[in-house]
Amino acid sequence: MAVVAVDQQHGPARRSARRQGQHHLQSLVFLVPGAVLLLAIVIWPAIATIRYSFYNATATKAVGLSNYKSLFSTADTLIAFRNNVIWVLVFPFIVTVIGLVFAVLSEHIRWATAFKIVIFLPIVFSVTASSLVFTQIFQLDPHVGVMNAIVQTVEDYFHPPGAYPLSAGQTAASLATSGVVAGPNGTLESGLEVRAGGTVRMGLTGVNPDTLTVLGARPARLPTPSAGAVTGLVWRDFSVSNPSNVSGVLPGEDGFPNLHLALLRSDGSIAATTTTDAFGRFIFSNVGAGPFHIQIQASNFTQGFSGTFWLGPQSLTPTSSLSQTAQALLSVPLIDISMILAYLWIWAGFTMVIVAAGLAALDREAQEAAHVDGATEWQTFRRVTIPMLAPVLTVVFVTMVINVLKIFDIVVNLGIDTSQPGGQSSTLASDVYYLGFGGGVHTGLASALAVMLFILVLPAMLFNLKRISGK
Amino acid sequence: MTTTPVVTTPLVVQEAQGPGRGLSLLKRLRPSRLIVNIVLGAIALFWLVPSLSMMIISFRPAGLFELSGWWKVFTAPSQLTFQNYKELFTGGSSTVLGGGVPSGLAPGSVLDALRTSLEISIPATFLVTAIASLTAYSIVFGRWRGRNAVFLTIVGLMVVPLQVALIPVASLYKDMGSAFGWNPFGTITGVVIFHVAFGLPFGVFLMRNFYTGIPTALIEAGRIDGAGEWTLFRRVVIPLGIAAAASLAIFQFIWVWNDLLVALVFLGGDPHVPLTLFLYDQERTLAANFWIVSTGSMVSIVVPLIVFLAFQRHFVRGMLAGAVK
Repeated sequence: MAVVAVDQQHGPARRSARRQGQHHLQSLVFLVPGAVLLLAIVIWPAIATIRYSFYNATATKAVGLSNYKSLFSTADTLIAFRNNVIWVLVFPFIVTVIGLVFAVLSEHIRWATAFKIVIFLPIVFSVTASSLVFTQIFQLDPHVGVMNAIVQTVEDYFHPPGAYPLSAGQTAASLATSGVVAGPNGTLESGLEVRAGGTVRMGLTGVNPDTLTVLGARPARLPTPSAGAVTGLVWRDFSVSNPSNVSGVLPGEDGFPNLHLALLRSDGSIAATTTTDAFGRFIFSNVGAGPFHIQIQASNFTQGFSGTFWLGPQSLTPTSSLSQTAQALLSVPLIDISMILAYLWIWAGFTMVIVAAGLAALDREAQEAAHVDGATEWQTFRRVTIPMLAPVLTVVFVTMVINVLKIFDIVVNLGIDTSQPGGQSSTLASDVYYLGFGGGVHTGLASALAVMLFILVLPAMLFNLKRISGK
Repeated sequence: MTTTPVVTTPLVVQEAQGPGRGLSLLKRLRPSRLIVNIVLGAIALFWLVPSLSMMIISFRPAGLFELSGWWKVFTAPSQLTFQNYKELFTGGSSTVLGGGVPSGLAPGSVLDALRTSLEISIPATFLVTAIASLTAYSIVFGRWRGRNAVFLTIVGLMVVPLQVALIPVASLYKDMGSAFGWNPFGTITGVVIFHVAFGLPFGVFLMRNFYTGIPTALIEAGRIDGAGEWTLFRRVVIPLGIAAAASLAIFQFIWVWNDLLVALVFLGGDPHVPLTLFLYDQERTLAANFWIVSTGSMVSIVVPLIVFLAFQRHFVRGMLAGAVK
């Protein structure tokens, strides 16, 4: 080697050559701390993990390929694979596209720096803190969680809830107290027939007094009968001071305001409709002969949107004709979608900044030439800018694939049932943790999973090596 | 592959020129700029909502969380209070917050977590930067054979998931305990060692790419003048590479500060945990304490936020270089 050659030289040349040798030695010494750490904490453990993956739960007995067999045959780990597949298929593509769109659009505004900082900031926060932010954003109650508040606003616009929404498990029929019977399809009807000039009393209970207060209810008051008209009262037939008196209209009993009613002919067709006033009174004028029934329409009791459980166990399942295992593997849990939304919020800034840097490094002449040749802006973007950006977009995409293959923090913070393998949102990385250090410790399985993770990132490693050594 | 934006430092400079160049192009293209402004303005507002909501929740009385949305604060600004912060830093587990919410928090536990986070992040950052610089120096200016192979090995290690090392390193730590009476498992040192080792591949990669831009003639001249390698490293290479070292240090600091997994494995169940693990424990083991979680989250983001805003450019440069991590 170099040192041997040096010893054969003489005089000053030999002295400087020996010094060269010292330089070589010294610079090799510089390598020692890094090399020791990498060998002891990264390389040797990775090899040890491969070895463990062929051992049993306590790493005491070799079991051949059985850990790998169980990886691909137990539903628990298959669900983790399923979730990783969802993440890899959905997330890198969307986040790259968002980054590209943001980067391109932000070139057209004067406050691009401010915009980029706003989008970028979540990266600086820990995924743990960000996950906690999203637990409150996804809260079930629309009065607390902003996501459900937004959905509620939209839902209620298209499907307005009734003035008297039933609570969960309650039926309209259960409200009927005096002079009222259940009608078809969630309606209520007056128990007795009524003719022109008659008055109907319909007593209901089971409605929250607060609901009445909000609607501006006044104490119930019987209407004055009127010739040729059907009049009536719908009221809360319950008084705290005299709970046993049913069907009497007592002081302290409020009318039901704003209730939608229909006048039914004896054949069931609707002759007229009206709405009660603040005292619970109503009147159908000039009704003709009759007899009639009064119907309280079902729309009064329609429930409003009460919140989607974004972090809950529901899934989008493709078809029910499949076996249960197949369904579990092919369904997309709502929680995965929620986590992907949160993760987009975190990482869009990253892809945006890298694409923007790539965009800034582009030679603009090609684009300008395309414009001179009459290409529209979209054509230029699609046919010139995107192909020129392709290498950058590939790097971003691959980076995000590696990132979500190893996805852990958001899964254990936002996910459900991740405290065990087979939890609905568990991933390979969360299973490695729980099998290796959590409840069901199984060194062999955990190692086999870690090896799978390693194999999955190998293409990315080769991609990097090719890219970097080719430079 | 020549346009790949990874690593080359001039990229960041070009990035700074980017918007300006875009604007000049824009004048010729004349898209409806108003619409772009409105759309991006809406997106920016939308992006602020999560952070803003966490901030507001941390300043609202604890009992209000279950009762009404944080946006109610816009019509009732008098709700805002420092009570949560006061309770978080000084309160004991026996106190009851507004709205009848028991705090359920050991006194001083947040301060302890804050200190633990610093005790992990600062040494890990310093050691990664120092050791990566040394390694990169050896690879770039050393004359031993196989330097390129070593470098490519390190590049390959960049994407190795740290999951592959957790179990063996945990048992290595325990074996060290029985062999030398020093067991890094469950200690801050153990966490730091792990972070340093897994921070090295990227660190070496970044520093090496910067050092290759330093003329070799400079080092050779130093050697002929009789300077030792250590002197050359200290006096020539470190001062020239300070910008890259800063990028690496800031990137590494934020990375380690925000880590959950390593802390969970090596410090789980320990009384002294970093902020991420503190928050995770609060969220996973105790219900109905959202005030701790949101206020604690605010505390946990203050440090990286300051670091980021102060050294924005360095951080972005480190991130651009590490696009493959």
